[in-house]
Amino acid sequence: MSEVVKKFMYLNRKAPYGTIYAWESLEVVLVGAAFDQEVSLMFVDDGVYQLVKGQDTAGIGMKNFSPTYRTLGDYEVKYIYVDADSLAARGLTQDDLVAIAYEDMDTEEEIENIVEVVDAARVTEIMDESDVVFSF
Amino acid sequence: MSILHTVNKSPFERDSLASCLKFASEGASVLLMEDGVYAALAGSSVESQVKAGLGKLSVYVLGPDLRARGFREDRLIDGIKVVDYAGFVDLAVENDKVQAWL
Repeated sequence: MSEVVKKFMYLNRKAPYGTIYAWESLEVVLVGAAFDQEVSLMFVDDGVYQLVKGQDTAGIGMKNFSPTYRTLGDYEVKYIYVDADSLAARGLTQDDLVAIAYEDMDTEEEIENIVEVVDAARVTEIMDESDVVFSF
Repeated sequence: MSILHTVNKSPFERDSLASCLKFASEGASVLLMEDGVYAALAGSSVESQVKAGLGKLSVYVLGPDLRARGFREDRLIDGIKVVDYAGFVDLAVENDKVQAWL
């Protein structure tokens, strides 16, 4: 097991279903969970639409991958950030988004919802603090 | 010549919708589909643009694409009509041609 823990950030800027980016990002996050790094997901621009709750793809014949976001806490993802300006520009609030719970297997620390709406300055800060940024 | 315009890109990512609204003639129909459905939602920064378009155009949104993205009729800008796939076909038939703003 690697002893060097890096901060990985997944930057998501695309809406789901219209393009493959959102789905691909989610796949990489799930695979990346095996590497025991400190992982955060950042949703900005149209990426905020990925977290909208109540998605029902029955009518378009595509896989509904939105329930997977709610399981991210089980994949060692502890930080999920949403850009406040992106939400506001789209007429959305945190109430429109799914809640994602997190439980630390070692300490049994439980967090009811790790989805955090942050301002632009905080987005910049988190980006700067990250060792690696994966863009989707 | 009556035209059905289709817009399938997010108005926040491309200018497809803006160009469509700019060039569509009075009385034309516009169908928002795929990522284009986000333009139909009330309260966004493009709402005024769409509302201005509603003054001279009939605007429709494809229901299955709207629901796939987690939204229902109650979130739409007033005056936008929801159609299903059969309604899409009807619009295509009723108009002389279909113009896609990709």
